[in-house]
This record gives sequence, structure tokens and C-alpha cells, in this order.
Amino acid sequence: MQGGLGLLGVGGSGSANELTFSKVEKEYDHHPAESDELELGLGLSLGGGGSGKSKGSAWGECGRILTAKDFPSAVSGTKRAADSVSHEGGSPPSISQVVGWPPIRAYRMNSLVSQAKAPRSEEEKVGSEKEKSKDTLKKKICNGNKTNNMFNEKGHLGFVKVNMDGLPIGRKVDLNAHACYETLAQTLEEMFFASPTSINSIVSGAEKKDSSTKSSKLLDGSSEFVLTYEDKEGDWMLVGDVPWGMFLSSVRRLRIMRTSEANGLGPRFQERNEKPRAKPV
Amino acid sequence: MLRKKMNYFPDEVIEHVFDFITSHKDRNAVSLVCKSWYKIERMSRQRVFIGNCYAISPERVIARFPELKSLTLKGKPHFADFSLVPQDWGGILYPWIEAFAKRRVGLEELRLKRMVVSDESLELLSRSFGNFKALVLVSCEGFTTDGLAAVAANCRSLRELDLQENEVEDHKGNWISRFPESCTSLVSLNFACLKGDINLAALEKLVARSPNLKSLRLNRAVPLDVLQKILMRAPQLVDLGIGSFVHDPASDAYNKLKATILRCKSIRSLSGFLEVTPRCLQAIHPICHNLTSLNLSYAPGIHGNDLIKLIQHCRKLERLWILDCIGDKGLGVVASTCKELQELRVFPSDLQGGGNAAVTEEGLVAISAGCPKLHSLLYFCYQMTNAALITVAKNCSNFTRFRLCTLDPVKPDPVTMRPLDEGFGAIVQSCKRLRRLSLSGLLTDQVFLYIGMYAEQLEMLSIAFAGNSDKGMLYVLNGCKKLRKLEIRDCPFGDTALLTDVGKYETMRSLWMSSCEVTLGGCQTLAEDRPMLNVEIINEDGQIDFSADEKQKVGKMYLYRSLVGPRKDAPAFVRTL
Repeated sequence: MQGGLGLLGVGGSGSANELTFSKVEKEYDHHPAESDELELGLGLSLGGGGSGKSKGSAWGECGRILTAKDFPSAVSGTKRAADSVSHEGGSPPSISQVVGWPPIRAYRMNSLVSQAKAPRSEEEKVGSEKEKSKDTLKKKICNGNKTNNMFNEKGHLGFVKVNMDGLPIGRKVDLNAHACYETLAQTLEEMFFASPTSINSIVSGAEKKDSSTKSSKLLDGSSEFVLTYEDKEGDWMLVGDVPWGMFLSSVRRLRIMRTSEANGLGPRFQERNEKPRAKPV
Repeated sequence: MLRKKMNYFPDEVIEHVFDFITSHKDRNAVSLVCKSWYKIERMSRQRVFIGNCYAISPERVIARFPELKSLTLKGKPHFADFSLVPQDWGGILYPWIEAFAKRRVGLEELRLKRMVVSDESLELLSRSFGNFKALVLVSCEGFTTDGLAAVAANCRSLRELDLQENEVEDHKGNWISRFPESCTSLVSLNFACLKGDINLAALEKLVARSPNLKSLRLNRAVPLDVLQKILMRAPQLVDLGIGSFVHDPASDAYNKLKATILRCKSIRSLSGFLEVTPRCLQAIHPICHNLTSLNLSYAPGIHGNDLIKLIQHCRKLERLWILDCIGDKGLGVVASTCKELQELRVFPSDLQGGGNAAVTEEGLVAISAGCPKLHSLLYFCYQMTNAALITVAKNCSNFTRFRLCTLDPVKPDPVTMRPLDEGFGAIVQSCKRLRRLSLSGLLTDQVFLYIGMYAEQLEMLSIAFAGNSDKGMLYVLNGCKKLRKLEIRDCPFGDTALLTDVGKYETMRSLWMSSCEVTLGGCQTLAEDRPMLNVEIINEDGQIDFSADEKQKVGKMYLYRSLVGPRKDAPAFVRTL
């Protein structure tokens, strides 16, 4: 049940989960309310577009309904929640776009925002087919992981530095956007190996993959590089040994290291990748 | 006759009697009785509460209360919590510390809320007050861990360092190693809001040499195995905030933790779980039956069944802070389990409009039916109905704090499509001891009529997107005799409402109005009429031209009574009329 449209007595339902108050037109009727008799059947007066900030007083027979236009946009220090997710094209903005609503302390809101960067929920529908399959793929890969998807509540500092041997300029990756090693490795491969504009002159041609490759060569040891991370104690560790959540809680930064430099690690065997996972089609 | 007899008591006796009078209100009342009592009271007052740091100056506070040891200060208006107040508005601590240091006040305790606290002020604090014991910072900002390092290093008798929901710039976790070896007096340490790493070895050693430590709240940088070591050293803890609770449940470290927790028989309050492996929660179950306070509002990692399983063990719970992913069903479990519940806060977990996680009126009704001792509520919900509120009012007439927030701020009763006037009306009529109220949902002037009529004890009222006309605000101003704080946003209240009873504001601490209908002219009239009020216009985007048309609408107005006139530290975008 949604607030806005329902109030008008209009039959439309839209999608039940959307809070659409911000979409509906505001009535700018300045007459004070007369009786308390509410005739919600009356259509919302479509008089008046907005003059920016004017609130208009009356509610009249219909609900006070506000558009996002009514809310002063010039509030500095606005901490808005993560960008609203489009369910389909032209969907209403999320309630989080109303400044200061819901009234949650900014500190708590920031914590919530960083949790929101966790793996995308199943309700999400992404535009292109390719992205869709990528997402399904991601989920498929991650669901094979025994660990709970809720693991990666690392908090707001989801971004860690990633450096690759031989490249002077590093990147940053948001760990909160991943629920397992596979998707992380894929993202890193896309970042460092797939993009034609990346500085990969030193990467041998054999390492360049196209982005449709699904298996993560960084994890299975077949590449010239291995993925390592520095943990809280300052030690450099191979990525993939510990449960994902434990990895999240101890990782400080990542390094894509030449296999030859990874002393004592040797070539990685297929079995190292111990978590049973359906190989993507 | 009686009065004559009172005069025969020497001052010391009266002072001794006053020792038993601890509440600020009572002390204030006592000081108004006569000159002699005023004098005795002021010389003996050790705890001073200042609800608005701009209502008075530090010098005058010291002049009146020279024996001051404990100070509570609040800075920014409440709506600053929701990003409605621009960054540099004010609420700066430094001048207070400077003045107190200069006058050699024997400050021992400082409690701050919504203030700007710089590292310099913390450093000055740490060096100026040799007997400083307790620092509590709530919703503050402006400092880094360097400031904390100074406090740790210099405050030899520190007992309490309590940081709640502050925005702290983290310069690595070594501040904790600045506590000297000689510091063994810690009773309470809360750094849960710090985001960075902490020196774990130093933390362990600190806990080991603090036999009086009763309250410890860790941040997410403290992993489970270190938690276990800490608990081994501090089995006497009464209040524990867990940072990271992530581990492989099959591991030795986890089993060790399970055993260690059994030793912590004194834990009555639990919070945190900033990161969590839900299957590890079983380790906590043995201590749940003693818990009186549980805060899982920062633990979105605990869902559904795990949450319910945990709560089913908590029969003695008096305070519960939780996320709405508990759902109505989960609240039903709370209702049938937690019969001692006094305070409930349900926070939203998903701000992107997904109705799945949210709770509805059902959960609240269940709670009201199952928890007769409930008196304090903060409830973020997807929807609410009048019928539900009426039922809640019947079930629970003890509410002192009732804050309801529908995620859609103007949502009507979804069953009847009517405003929630009747529901809230029932609440104020039934709950005669109600002191704080926050409204939401579709609301007309009618709800304010009810509030004015029935909410006799109301001290603080928060209104958003409600009402039809000035009448609404007037009902409240006329009716609520004990009103101290009124904050209004996005309501159609204008100059008529603002100016009808200007004397009222001198009986209140403050009034906030934003995105309403008040005009520059109206505010100016008010300011001219009442010199004891500071009427501040927050003009952050420069939209208001003060020399021009007085019919301009004022975006944000904050007015408060003050004994010291317009403040001198106002930024350029704040104009005091």
C-alpha cells in the first residue's frame, strides 16, 4: 500500500513496495481547511505547479502531498543515503532523498549507507540483459559460498587500495560490493587486465582477457599474477584461504603480485580453491 | 511560624539538606525561595546542566556556581542530527574550556551533546583540570584521535571515557597506548564509534590493569579472538559492546570464547555486533537471561531467526534497541518474552523504500499488549493506523516518550485513508505523563487540538509535514503549558501563529521552524518585541535579502531565550535579528 496514490482514492496500485509520496502533485490551495470531513474521493486539485519553496497551507479535502521540489535543495551538509535504486525506468525516488527524513541521526545514517553497499538484493532489476546475467551469475557464484551473505557488514570503509606490481598508479575497490572472492577477483581482473585504457603495457599479451571470461585466473593460480592482501598485523597473505567475512575483517589493502615474487607460494593448485562452487556457464 | 524556625538553622544544615536534592529542576526551584537559599544553593551546587550553550556564558556560570564540578552542555538544535543545520553553525566547546581553565574551576566531569569539540579543546581540558574524571561525548564532531590521546595521556584520574555516535577523524589507533601504566582507574570506556584500527595489545594491557572496569564498548577493529582475551581479564564487566563477532564457529578460538563468556556473569547490557557471523551468536545465549539492556541497532548482520532465537533468551530485558528487520512477527516474540520491557527503539534498516524489512502497526500493537511497563518508544514503521494507536493507548497509558515515524512522512491510515489525528489524539489523552512526542503520518490541525487539550505534561514536541493552518500551532502554544522545546519542519504555520503569544517563547528553551510560512517581517517583529530572545535566521544559500521585502519566507529559523544576547561566534550565514 502506498501513501500517495492511494490517498487519492485512485485505484492504481503500482508496485506495492514503492513509497510514492514524493511523486504525486502537490495541491497549492491556500484556503484554510473547513470541516474535518474528509472527502478523499475528490481528486487532488491539479492547480498550481510549484513555485519552488512555497509550501501552500491547505490540505483541503485531500492529503498534503509533497513533491521533492518542495524541499529546499540548498541544505549543506546533507547526508543522503545511497543513491536510490531504480527498479524500472522512471521509478520514484526513494524516501531517502527527502532531506532529513526519516529522522535518523547522521552518524547512524552513514553506518546504514555503508551497509547498503552490501551485495545487491534479489529485487534489483538491472537494465541490460548482460548485466542481468552478470548479476545472476554473481549471485550464483556467491550462493555457493557457505558463508552468509550478511558477512560483509564491514562498515563504511569498504574501499581498499589495490596495487599491481609494475604499475605506479593504484586503484581502489569497494569490498562491501562483494560477497565472495570470485566476484572480487573478476572486478579486479576487469580493472587491471581487461580495460584497453588501463596502463598494462607491461602485462604480456597472453594475460589480457576479455571481460566475458568467467573464471578468475587471479584465484586459481593460472595467471602470471596472484592476489594477495595485507592483513591487520602487517603480513602479506594469499587471498582466498579464510572465510570471506574473516578476510573482510582483517584486510587492509590488496596487491596483485607477480607469482614469481610470491616466495614459497609456488603454483597454485586447483584444489586450493576449496569452496565448492558451480562453475558458471 | 514555620518560616521563622527555618531561619534558626545554620547554613550548613540547610546545605546538608540540599545535598539530597539532586535534580536540576528541584535545585532551581529551591534557589528561588529566598535570597539566603539562593546563596546556599549556588555555593553548594556541583552539577550544572545547560540545555543550550548559548543561553548563558561560561563566565556567568562560574560566577554563580564556583564549586562546579560537573557540567552538561548541549549545543546544536536537535534537528542538526538530521542534517538540517549547516556545518559551521556553532556550538563550540573551546571558549568554555578556556574560561573554566582561566578561573581554575575544579572540573571533574564534562558531558556534551551536539557540540563542536576540537582537539585543542580536548588538549586544554586534559592539561587544565587535575582531577578530571569523566568525559562523555554524544553526537559531537570536530576532533580526532589525537585529542583522545591527550585526554588519555594527561588525565591521571580518568574514570570514564564515553564516545557515543560521534564523527571522529581517526588517525590510527595508538591513542589507546597513551594511557599511562599508572592509569588503573577506568570504570567506563566506550570507543565503539571510532572507525579505525586500534592498538590491540595496548587495549588488552589497559583492560588488564583496570580492575574497576565495568563498561567496555569496542569498535569494529577488535576481532573476536582479542575479545576473548579481554573478557578473560575483565569478567566483572556489566556492560559490553562487541565490535567484531566474526569467526569460524568450528574453530578453537570460538570455543574458547564460548567458555570465557560463561565466566562473565555480571553482564547486564550488551551492544554492538558491528560485524557478525550469525552462527556465532550461540555463544551469547548463556548470558542472555541476565540482560536488561540489548542494543542490536547497529547489527544488520543479524536477521530473522537468529534474532528471534537470541531474544527468546532475554526474559529480563528492560531496554531493547533493534532494527526493523525483526519484523512484526519478531516483535510478537519480544512481546511474549520481554515482560519487563520499558524502552523500545525500532530503527529502519533499509532506506530504499523496500517494504519488506519494515515493521507495521501490528508489531506495535503486539508490544503494547505484551509489555505493560513500556513507557519509552521510538518506532520507525512502514505504516500506522488509527485503530492501532487507539489500542496502544488503551494498553499502555504509561508512555513518557512516544516517538513514531512513518517512513513516508505523510502516509495516512492505509485502512481508512484518514489522517492519524484520532490515533495520536488517543495517545495524548491516555498518557497523562507524556513528556516527549514526535508525530508523523498524515495529520491535520485536529491532532494539534488534541495535543493542546490533553498533553499537559508535554515538554518536547517534534512536528513534520503536518497541519493545515496557523490554528494547529496555536493549539499547541496555547495548550501545552510545560512546553520547552518545539521543533517544526515543513508545516503551513506562519506569522500569525508565530506572533500570537510572543511571551510564550521566554518560558521555553527553544523553537525551531524550517520550511514553514513565517516571513522575515514576522521574525523581525518578534525579535524587536522580545530582546531576551535570540532569533536566528539561517541563511545558508543566501536566499534571504535582509534589506528587502519583509514578506520573504524564512527557510530556517531558530529562536531561543538567552541571558547574554546575540552570540558572537555566529557564522556569516546566521543572522540574529
